[in-house]
Amino acid sequence: MIITMPVDGKTMNACINKSFGRTQTFLVYDTETHQNTFLANAAVNSQGGAGIQAAQFVVDQKTNAVLAPSIGKNAADVLTGAGVELYTTSDCSIQDNIAAFLDGKLEKLSEIHAGFHNHGGR
Amino acid sequence: MKKLLILSGKGGTGKTTVSSSFIKLSKTDAYADCDVDAPNLHLMVKKPSITKKSVFYGLPKAHIDQDKCISCGKCLENCRFGAISALDGYTVDFYACEGCSVCEYVCPVDAITMEKADAGSLMLYKDNKTFSTAKLNMGFGNSGMLVSEVKKQLDNETPGSDFAIIDGSPGIGCPVIASITGVDMVLVVAEPSLSGISDMTRLLDTADGFMINSAVCINKYDVNIKNCNKIKEICQKRNIPMTGMIPFDTMVIEAVNNGLDITDIDCPAGHAIKEVYKTTINIFNSVNQEK
Amino acid sequence: MQDSTTTGVGNLRIAILSGKGGTGKTIVSVNLSAVCDDSVYIDCDVEEPNGHIFLKPVISEESEIKVLMPFCNDDLCTGCRACVDFCNFNALAYVNNKIMVFEDICHSCGGCKLVCPENAISEKEKIIGKIKIGTSDNVTVITGIMNTGEESGVPIIQGLLNREFPAGTNVFIDCPPGSSCSVMESIKEADYCVLVTEPTILGLHDFKMVHELVELFNKPHGVVLNKCTASYNPSKQYCIEHDIRILAEIPYDNELGKLNSDGKIIVRESKKYRETFTELLGAVTKEVQ
Repeated sequence: MIITMPVDGKTMNACINKSFGRTQTFLVYDTETHQNTFLANAAVNSQGGAGIQAAQFVVDQKTNAVLAPSIGKNAADVLTGAGVELYTTSDCSIQDNIAAFLDGKLEKLSEIHAGFHNHGGR
Repeated sequence: MKKLLILSGKGGTGKTTVSSSFIKLSKTDAYADCDVDAPNLHLMVKKPSITKKSVFYGLPKAHIDQDKCISCGKCLENCRFGAISALDGYTVDFYACEGCSVCEYVCPVDAITMEKADAGSLMLYKDNKTFSTAKLNMGFGNSGMLVSEVKKQLDNETPGSDFAIIDGSPGIGCPVIASITGVDMVLVVAEPSLSGISDMTRLLDTADGFMINSAVCINKYDVNIKNCNKIKEICQKRNIPMTGMIPFDTMVIEAVNNGLDITDIDCPAGHAIKEVYKTTINIFNSVNQEK
Repeated sequence: MQDSTTTGVGNLRIAILSGKGGTGKTIVSVNLSAVCDDSVYIDCDVEEPNGHIFLKPVISEESEIKVLMPFCNDDLCTGCRACVDFCNFNALAYVNNKIMVFEDICHSCGGCKLVCPENAISEKEKIIGKIKIGTSDNVTVITGIMNTGEESGVPIIQGLLNREFPAGTNVFIDCPPGSSCSVMESIKEADYCVLVTEPTILGLHDFKMVHELVELFNKPHGVVLNKCTASYNPSKQYCIEHDIRILAEIPYDNELGKLNSDGKIIVRESKKYRETFTELLGAVTKEVQ
């Protein structure tokens, strides 16, 4: 299973990033092979629709589950549309959150915010 | 870091006056102005001494190379925003262009390029205090994103701070939503007018939507006592605490124009704001202890 | 500036602006409309239209404002993602072998339809707001209302302003606050701009912004100093120093504040203010000619 999360740094001790759409980096983690890949988020400097673009990117990595503190509505629509499951992270490191996820201790994400919109330069 | 956000529907309710007094009274070392369309807080607070300015780019805008243009009219025909004019050769109206790139795509001779557009500036003032603010250029409207940048800058620059005051964006639209995410409490500065009441209600709804606690204070309450009572009723029904009422006071204008804080002056509004501050902070602390 | 021979009294388009809300822009617009024999008041502050609170028009006509939104025929779509890649607003995503359209992000530019090699994308109409037309005594009231959650009011403002007005009536355009594109759209066809400001350094700061805007668009303009007190007025000082025409000074007045917070039209209640606004209208008319 592939799990993806927005992260603050490129080590397993780094924290989860608060913003799904605007995180600098995504960690793509394979729970079977324990392989971790840190990828730059192409949407980080996008003028608008960053959540959608980031979600498309995450879906394209063949992600099965996303771990994040919260996710905007549009991004959540893309992810759930692709059958990706969403889980809430707690305030600790990447590896602690992955461990909690594997133990089945992370809850399904309920906090979906309305997003920022109006980014388009009108 | 815990954050208190100060909001008011429309402008002119005294939001910035309340914010600047709160910043002074709390002695906080972290504050921000999220009103990026018309920032004012920098006129009211002491600016930390070191200034850093970074350019904020909006979506690129179309530019037509007159030497390459063959005046075929395809760009004009396909632009949905009326941004192309053919009066004096084919040109782009910088302010009408929304940056979609359709003209660039349809141009048969590659005369159109999309060029970087300077949409505003992100400002950081810093010494032992940190003040984050920004200004959007005329004719640009993507303020939600710049608001997020202001807040991100404040977060990044203040790892040691435990309390911040944020002067929010006016209105009820997207910049307000960008201001509201991630704060720990919202203080709505309401005005006792019909439009003030409807603005307040919409703001409280927005805060509720994000599961963020709010409190309300009334500015210029003596302009209309009947409407004040309506505000109190609404707050009571919604179980939202009132943190006080500030009278209309011409000393506010005097203070602002003389670079003074209203709480430095012995006057009714100054005293009232001090009381509002005390009550608000008490509520803020108790709300955030529960968490 | 327009040729003065074509803009006689009673055919003026006057835009009323301010850098921020709360300066009294709507009060000035509404009361200017109300002192005319025959006038049209247009509320372009489509996010928070307030003029109707005062004018309380009897509505006679309502129409919807629509923009075009793409939709994709999944049978024709081959998943090439040309549209997703083209969209500068990131309003499209391709998941589960389908195109998803995010209407709240879409700017209706039509680019996706143009680039689709399979002609799988067509467009449908989406309602983003409405226009209400009504009357309040001598004033025709036209209000634009944008639906909550919509992104741009520009199409609604275009719908408000792109119409024929009866000959001999003055048109007053109550602009959105600030200096964004919707303000630019609102003043585009105006013959004259009235800038409303307050007597504080904050008011002056906001005033400079709209002043820059009307200068950029080469619009003739003048200033209404609102909420004046006996003490120093930095906005007035600025106008004098920069040779900007002061059209009127309205005092801070509790009576005015009370009438206003109760949603009353001042010139219909107070003889004194009827004179103030009649004079202001005279000053504006004289300026344009």
